[in-house]
Amino acid sequence: MELRKNYFADVRKDDLHEIGQPRARLDSPGHVTGKTAYFADRNFPGMLHLKMVRSPHHHARIRSIDTSDAEKHPGVLKILTARDVPHNVYTILILIQVGPEDETVLADGKVRWKGEAVVAVLAETERAAQEAAAKVKVDYEVLPAVLDMEEALKPGAPIVNEYHGQNYYLYDSGECRKVRFGDVEAGFAGADHILEQSYQSSPIEHAPTETTGCVVVPEPNDRFTCYTNTQAMFFTLDNSSIILQMPGSKLHFVGGTVGGGFGGKVDVIVEPIAILGAKLTGRPVSFIYSREEEMQISSPRAAEKVIIKDGVMKDGRIVARKVTGYTDAGAYSRHSPYGAQKGAAHYPGPYTIPNVWIDTYCVYTNRTPSSAMRGFGVTIGDFALEVQMDKLARLIGMDPLEFRFINAYRDGDMKAHRQPTEGAALIECMQEASRAANWPVAEKYMAMSSYAKGA
Amino acid sequence: MAKVPVQFTLNGSEKAEFIDSGTTLLNALRDKIGDTSPKGGCHQGTCGACSVIVDGELRLSCLTLAETCNGASITTTSGLADGGVLHTLQRAFLDTFATQCGFCSPGMIIAAKVLLDHTPNPSREEVVEALSGNICRCTGYEPIIQAVLTAARSNSQNAA
Repeated sequence: MELRKNYFADVRKDDLHEIGQPRARLDSPGHVTGKTAYFADRNFPGMLHLKMVRSPHHHARIRSIDTSDAEKHPGVLKILTARDVPHNVYTILILIQVGPEDETVLADGKVRWKGEAVVAVLAETERAAQEAAAKVKVDYEVLPAVLDMEEALKPGAPIVNEYHGQNYYLYDSGECRKVRFGDVEAGFAGADHILEQSYQSSPIEHAPTETTGCVVVPEPNDRFTCYTNTQAMFFTLDNSSIILQMPGSKLHFVGGTVGGGFGGKVDVIVEPIAILGAKLTGRPVSFIYSREEEMQISSPRAAEKVIIKDGVMKDGRIVARKVTGYTDAGAYSRHSPYGAQKGAAHYPGPYTIPNVWIDTYCVYTNRTPSSAMRGFGVTIGDFALEVQMDKLARLIGMDPLEFRFINAYRDGDMKAHRQPTEGAALIECMQEASRAANWPVAEKYMAMSSYAKGA
Repeated sequence: MAKVPVQFTLNGSEKAEFIDSGTTLLNALRDKIGDTSPKGGCHQGTCGACSVIVDGELRLSCLTLAETCNGASITTTSGLADGGVLHTLQRAFLDTFATQCGFCSPGMIIAAKVLLDHTPNPSREEVVEALSGNICRCTGYEPIIQAVLTAARSNSQNAA
């Protein structure tokens, strides 16, 4: 690894004695010897296995649930439905005042996506739990489903989630998160060219090698130890506390070792119901997603649609940008209102554009709830806007890297969401990339600096 | 449910257990014997995290019935180190940063060991082929391939 210390040499205070040096990871010796303890490596006498009965429909009313045959299945200890959950309707981000509570731990009267948890079965063995789950009878009245964001936003579309009342998240700014900067229509009117393009993506599954799960042990002091692979320990602890109506002091969460997460393990899904099962049976409980559940049930990255309209001058300046972004939350919010909001701030990209108009919608559909994944809210947007940048450069016959130098943000530039740019290094990164990739640009661009325009 | 006896050698030690007929070798090792170094990533033979060596052959323990291993000699990653001294492959995985979350590492190391046992100086292509049944979602595979090649070089230098 080569460090270029000549950049920003006047403001550097560090001597970078760690960066660039190999340092052994503290966890690697455990990994290579098989001694690292993942949550599922804990085995306790009398441990029960939890299996979920899941909705086979995208959208349906539950007329009745009959667990009588399942209860008689050999090895079954307990069967849980919505009425067993102390505070069944929750939403993860309520901890930071982002409501409303819109998701059920176990479905109550309705299912809103194919795969939604309806009934939890606890049995002596995984096999008994699975067999008993198959004996739970749920009578559904199938309802019209909406699986497409634009369909969901049309008047008269089936309402996915009654806790919202409409198929989009209602921000304090209204039906979408908005950024308004300058006069975008005047910008378009004065532009030499206008390019409007639409980009879209499918949901993406993280597919960690270790599936989501937890092992819960009821302790003699009325506390519960929860061994979990959550990526969000305190979100999970606090939401479990709310869902179970149990003080946090009763919950001892043990985690930190995660067999791959990538954002896929930040939801609060397995722990509350496993702790409830341990409380009601007095036995340790293991709830581990099968590979099929990991792929089908755990939250993916949201599907997104991004429509970008840019006004550009022949000399390479982008003078106006209008973006409409749609984030498919699926049936429940989880982290998607936050993801869509991040997109609103991000869509101008690392470029200074004087006239910007952005609307980002968080849309509810009868699809698997989406949530966090590596840079969610901006990753798909980055794909869209960098493809758009290449197309714009081609449109005006300009080198795509030089085109980015012209528009790159620099210290002191005001971003569209009104955060002044500080500590920018895009110019310098592109100069280095130009050298490393042997993609030469004109000397005036190699002489530019992030410090100030005209420098 | 009727239990069946199984008896095998695990990493040089005699083991005997009564298990439910149909128990996989993976579950027998993890839940009965207490060797949790093989991991259950898919339980359907697609991820390789459960890889073990049975009588010198690479096997997916999630698709192997424990009762078919009577009398066999089984090796797992937890048995590779010689006292406190790491196996060449373990050392190489450390040195080349071939582990991140670590969940695939025991299976990767076992698959690599079977390769090097049969092919002490593999080509890069042979390493890729040998690891093709093991999924890693963190590293992008390159550091793992380098680890196996490094271990092979290290072995041949020690032998010379």
